Amino acid sequence: MNATASQGVRLEVRQLAKSYNGQPVLQDLTFTVERGEIFVIMGPSGSGKTVLLKHLIGLETPDRGEILIEGQPVHSPETMNRHRVAMVFQSGALLNSLTVAENVGLYLTEHRLLPPAEIRRVVAEKLALVGLQGTEDRLPAELSGGMKKRVAIARALVIEPQLIFYDEPTSELDPLIAVTIGQEILRLNRRMGVTSVVVTHDRDLAFGIAHRIAVLHAGRFLALGTPAEVRAHPDPVLQQFLQADFRFEPEPVAP
Amino acid sequence: MFHDLGEVLLLLARTFRALPHTVRQRRKVLEQLFEIGNASLLMACILSLFIGGVLALQTGPVMAERGLQSFIGQIVGLSMCRELAPVMMAVLIAGRIGSAMAAEIGSMRVYQEIDALRTMNINPVHYLVLPRVVAISIALPLLVVFSILVGWAGGALVAVTNYQIGISFHGYVKSLGNGIDVLDVVNGLLKSFGFAVTIGLVACHQGLSTVGGPRGIGRSVTKAVVNSIVMILLLDYVFTRLLMHLD
Repeated sequence: MNATASQGVRLEVRQLAKSYNGQPVLQDLTFTVERGEIFVIMGPSGSGKTVLLKHLIGLETPDRGEILIEGQPVHSPETMNRHRVAMVFQSGALLNSLTVAENVGLYLTEHRLLPPAEIRRVVAEKLALVGLQGTEDRLPAELSGGMKKRVAIARALVIEPQLIFYDEPTSELDPLIAVTIGQEILRLNRRMGVTSVVVTHDRDLAFGIAHRIAVLHAGRFLALGTPAEVRAHPDPVLQQFLQADFRFEPEPVAP
Repeated sequence: MFHDLGEVLLLLARTFRALPHTVRQRRKVLEQLFEIGNASLLMACILSLFIGGVLALQTGPVMAERGLQSFIGQIVGLSMCRELAPVMMAVLIAGRIGSAMAAEIGSMRVYQEIDALRTMNINPVHYLVLPRVVAISIALPLLVVFSILVGWAGGALVAVTNYQIGISFHGYVKSLGNGIDVLDVVNGLLKSFGFAVTIGLVACHQGLSTVGGPRGIGRSVTKAVVNSIVMILLLDYVFTRLLMHLD
């Protein structure tokens, strides 16, 4: 972790709880993500990972509990104005009516942070960072899943985030692209000291990039610690999740 | 229904507060204006021409029988200005533009594009609702002026060519000039402005509250069009009463 040179921010979650139609989805979650840390939230499908992420970025309001960025509530507009927070959505969530360049430069254009020529330069620079130079004029519909995700990362980078959330960054990607995305997350963390929260059910990605991992199951953390601590955790459900593979017992052959 | 109405009023308040941002969003307003014009001008022309024509055809022979053909221009003119052009254009725009707005914003909601805007600290009301409501509020009154003129022309065409009516073009124009006041046109424009704001807000609200996948988008589009038309007809009565008092 590059804590000393970090421009990242500290994220604190206290007693977070959420139910939908009386069904608890998140149950009293408490954890802290330190500045410059890569914190991976892992768990099987339906465990509440994406709901948790939506709460962390302020898209959902919790029934109970607090989410604080540098001690300030995430739902306060002041917090989002003061700290630069970005999210890379599972689908990329690129605006389909805009070109790649317009998508990547959207934050700068809408907030009028730079003149148009400078925005074009920054966009080209960020696209080059994710290996997509020359795609500026293409529409999202013309890109593959992996390219969309990389454009989404470039769009997040333009914000120069202090805190970045990734929702299933390697889902629907082939292993080579998935590794590239994982390397990208690590590189950004090392280069910019950005605090990263990654939600995934990809075990290779989680153990490959995380400083700490939290394993979510039925809205609660089964384990929270370094990758080594999580691997050694005795919980049978967690071990089943970590060790599941495609090797089947050979079926007995009829005589 | 009352829940929807409350949310539309809330959206109206938010859009009103966002009005100072219109200059910043002028490019999007122009894009929307172009889209509205492109999608509805030909339809507006055909619709208005035939409405004006039918109006002359229905009233002309009856009036001519009683020797009142010199009032045909006045009847077509007043009906187009005060009632037919504002209401018909509003219904046309609700169907063609309101549905497109609800579908576009609804699909942006379903595919998390609106969530992405929020995470970039971009207010969806400023970015999506404001340009659309402003554009439709400019476009609909302009379309109504266009519709009135084409409707008058349609009426003239039938009045002059139909042997049962038998009025000259000059007589039709003179009747129109005698019976129509600028205030009649203003009356229609005020109504159409109210309809435009209603269509824009109802469509954007339905889009923003879309849930579910493609089926949800379909539901939002249907609700946007149906609710807009119901609101247009209700408001038409209210506006007519109010403007009668002002007259």
